Amino acid sequence: MPSIVIIGAGPAGVRAAETLVRAGILPTVIDEAPASGGQIYRRLPPSIVRDFKKVYGFEAGRARSVHRAFDDLREQIDYWPDSAVWSAHGRTLGVITKSGPSELAWDRLILATGAMDRVIPFKGWTLPGVYTLGGAQVALKYQACAIGDRPIFLGTGPLLYLVAYQYAAAGVKVAGVLDTASAGAKRGAIFGLFSGGGMFLKGLYYLAWLRAHGIPVISGVRPVGACAGPEGAVHELEWRDARGSHHRTVCDSIAMGFGLKSEAQIADLCGIPFAFDPGQRQWVPEQDSDGRTAINGVYLAGDGAGIKGAAAAELSGERAAHALLHDLGHAGSAGRIKTLNRRLGRFERFRRALDEKAFKFPADLAASADDELMICRCEGVTAGELRHAAHELGAAEINRAKAFTRVGMGRCQGRVCGPAAAEILANSLGVPLAAIGRLRGQMPIKPLPMAAFLDEAAS
Amino acid sequence: MRTFDVAIIGGGLVGCSAALHLRCRDASVVLLERGQCGSQASGVNYGGVRQQGRDLAELPLARRSRRIWAELEALVGTDCEFEATGHLKLARSAAEMAALEEYTERARDFDLKLERIGPDQIRERFPWLGDAIVGGSFCAEDGHANPRLVAPAFARAAIAAGADIREGTEVLEATHDDHDFELRLSDGATVRARQLINAAGAWGSTISAWFGEPVPEDVLAPNMCVTDPIPYFLAPNLGVCGGDIYVRQIRRGNVIFGGGVGVADRDQIKARPLADSTAQAARLAVGLVPRLETAQVIRTWSGIEGVMPDGLPVIGPSGTSPGLIHAFGFSGHGFQLGPGVGAVLCELALDGATSTPIAAFGINRFPITENVAALRGPAARDRSAHERSTQQYKGPILQQTMTKGETTWFSLLADAFPERSCFSPAWPLAAP
Repeated sequence: MPSIVIIGAGPAGVRAAETLVRAGILPTVIDEAPASGGQIYRRLPPSIVRDFKKVYGFEAGRARSVHRAFDDLREQIDYWPDSAVWSAHGRTLGVITKSGPSELAWDRLILATGAMDRVIPFKGWTLPGVYTLGGAQVALKYQACAIGDRPIFLGTGPLLYLVAYQYAAAGVKVAGVLDTASAGAKRGAIFGLFSGGGMFLKGLYYLAWLRAHGIPVISGVRPVGACAGPEGAVHELEWRDARGSHHRTVCDSIAMGFGLKSEAQIADLCGIPFAFDPGQRQWVPEQDSDGRTAINGVYLAGDGAGIKGAAAAELSGERAAHALLHDLGHAGSAGRIKTLNRRLGRFERFRRALDEKAFKFPADLAASADDELMICRCEGVTAGELRHAAHELGAAEINRAKAFTRVGMGRCQGRVCGPAAAEILANSLGVPLAAIGRLRGQMPIKPLPMAAFLDEAAS
Repeated sequence: MRTFDVAIIGGGLVGCSAALHLRCRDASVVLLERGQCGSQASGVNYGGVRQQGRDLAELPLARRSRRIWAELEALVGTDCEFEATGHLKLARSAAEMAALEEYTERARDFDLKLERIGPDQIRERFPWLGDAIVGGSFCAEDGHANPRLVAPAFARAAIAAGADIREGTEVLEATHDDHDFELRLSDGATVRARQLINAAGAWGSTISAWFGEPVPEDVLAPNMCVTDPIPYFLAPNLGVCGGDIYVRQIRRGNVIFGGGVGVADRDQIKARPLADSTAQAARLAVGLVPRLETAQVIRTWSGIEGVMPDGLPVIGPSGTSPGLIHAFGFSGHGFQLGPGVGAVLCELALDGATSTPIAAFGINRFPITENVAALRGPAARDRSAHERSTQQYKGPILQQTMTKGETTWFSLLADAFPERSCFSPAWPLAAP
């Protein structure tokens, strides 16, 4: 029996596994988290009991369905939780598990590696108390705690409103929801947004609920900077409204995020070609209409191959599994792929309305960073150093800038600073973002403890 | 058409240093680089600036290069993070200690000021060393630098001095008529030059074969790793007898180490590290410096190094084509030599001779196995002995042997030249 491996146990990975098991194929599922669900449907640890509805809100039904689907598979699949893929070479994965390093050979591979927050640095973004939206969700969903008693939610995208709502519904006093996208842009996108149906209505509900509970929700915001209080943690956010007036909002924490970016490092190490997506302003691994890639036997599913959201991820997870089954000669998959593609097509229009209109990535905010602002916090690289590298040292693309300045060379390997650094370089050189290229994926995909390779760990 | 005094193929450290030195003497220079200056072996190596442990034949050149390293800031406008923190070569047995002492004796004339550190002092001086270490040899003049910065800095200085450096420009064909060299370029242009320097690194043997001098240049990919920053404690650049691991720490705290090999594909111009080599290097590094046990590897990388069978570079005039000068195949230890080689190439081009002894590096030490006339021109690439000799190292065959661990980097090179001791300059590849 061929070795079939799925990386990721979020909505895409779970549906892919379910589809394969139904067809009589028992895959191996590798996931970094201790339990399935991914980022969006992350499960509470067994020690914490909270009402499902309270944790997941409108998504409770979907979360429960994905969790149950995976729980039903548990006996039939080879499940590796708490396991991080750190290398991919040829048809072998290097995996760090709780019991040490391991290698896993595959004949077919489904990458369902998900997404993470896209960050734009602003003054004070490295202060204690500043989190990403995803980080704020992890605190709430996995650790059952809030990032602070008085958080500000800053950024743009559907997640901004969802997390703010989740916090407020959990009883946290939200100091404000500050959206960098303008109100006009959202009005302009209204027809596109209607194509999202229920998803759009949920968004409207969150917005109305936040307003009804007296939480300031402001569009067209530009963050000026966060200031530290006497204890060194974030204490206040200064921002400008759409008219240019300055405001100061007291807070004890900030959760920020400017849309999501695909986690595609494993795809990169597998040798899959990437293409620039101008709507999402990011490079994504290329796939055919069914999730196949240029590397024979590697399939893509979910947000790791471009951001389409959790509901679409379930569909593309199933689709990737059917493409795999079809390639193995299973009858019946071709028809199902057609149906799934039709349903996925409906997400396209909604997604474009979100990305390109309603919650447009504020590239100008990233590009206009002050010279003194630290962009790469791992390596301490400022916007000014990037501009110097571009103009004085001749760095015309991001890997050259990386070589000269160390931007993107640290712990996060550019996953946090990469998008902003690319915007700064593109703006500074006066070239389109695509011309700046993308940071090459390098092993290890996440930091790798040296101790993992010592003889005790290996035995 | 303008005729340059000198054309250089290859924008690595050697080529860029040659361009700068030639401009300092007012020769007109064009440098052709297929990618970006310093993006291959010069830019991705370990960063060791080391004289200690080199083959004695390399020491005069290494001494000359070391003087240039000392003046880097004045020459190219940046110190490239070069620091003379010393190089500590460690022994893990009495036999290795004796070998270090023997080297000190043999290298006495070169004034390296090697300091023997015996078992009684080694842990007192370097308390963070692991238990297996019995002693070492310290060269205070040696150290390390940031390889990503050096070749581009030489390139910028050369451009500022008037060199014509063309990045993204591949030389498709080079020929020599009675007077000049003519180079056909990938952008459609042609350049002519009175002299030609072949500084094409791992692809140097391709160029030499064009001129009827095929040589057996192999490729290897050093497996490099870097940790997240930890408090600065490890000043000297560390090596060991046998060269299976090398370790240095930069001021901001990251520890860079290497050992073993990744995968190199000369034709595709691609190299990558291997998980097995990274794991083995991590084990060896912790054995050398146990404190590294709590560090995390954040990145690994590799590059393509040209390696000659005897571990010595090819430097000197062509045996077939007057005006052609070779400098390639630095066998994993060209970084320290690079600045000095540029100075030597400048003298060879403009004076016809150099004050630095380079006789050991002549291309004629490799017998030419095929009819010279038949090999002239790029078409020779398809049928040259050189091509055949490299084929066995290419692509999947290499990957397979390496990943299975059947042929380690060590046994591979040990087969190639069994007579060499741990002092061989090829041990370790890309190491201090």
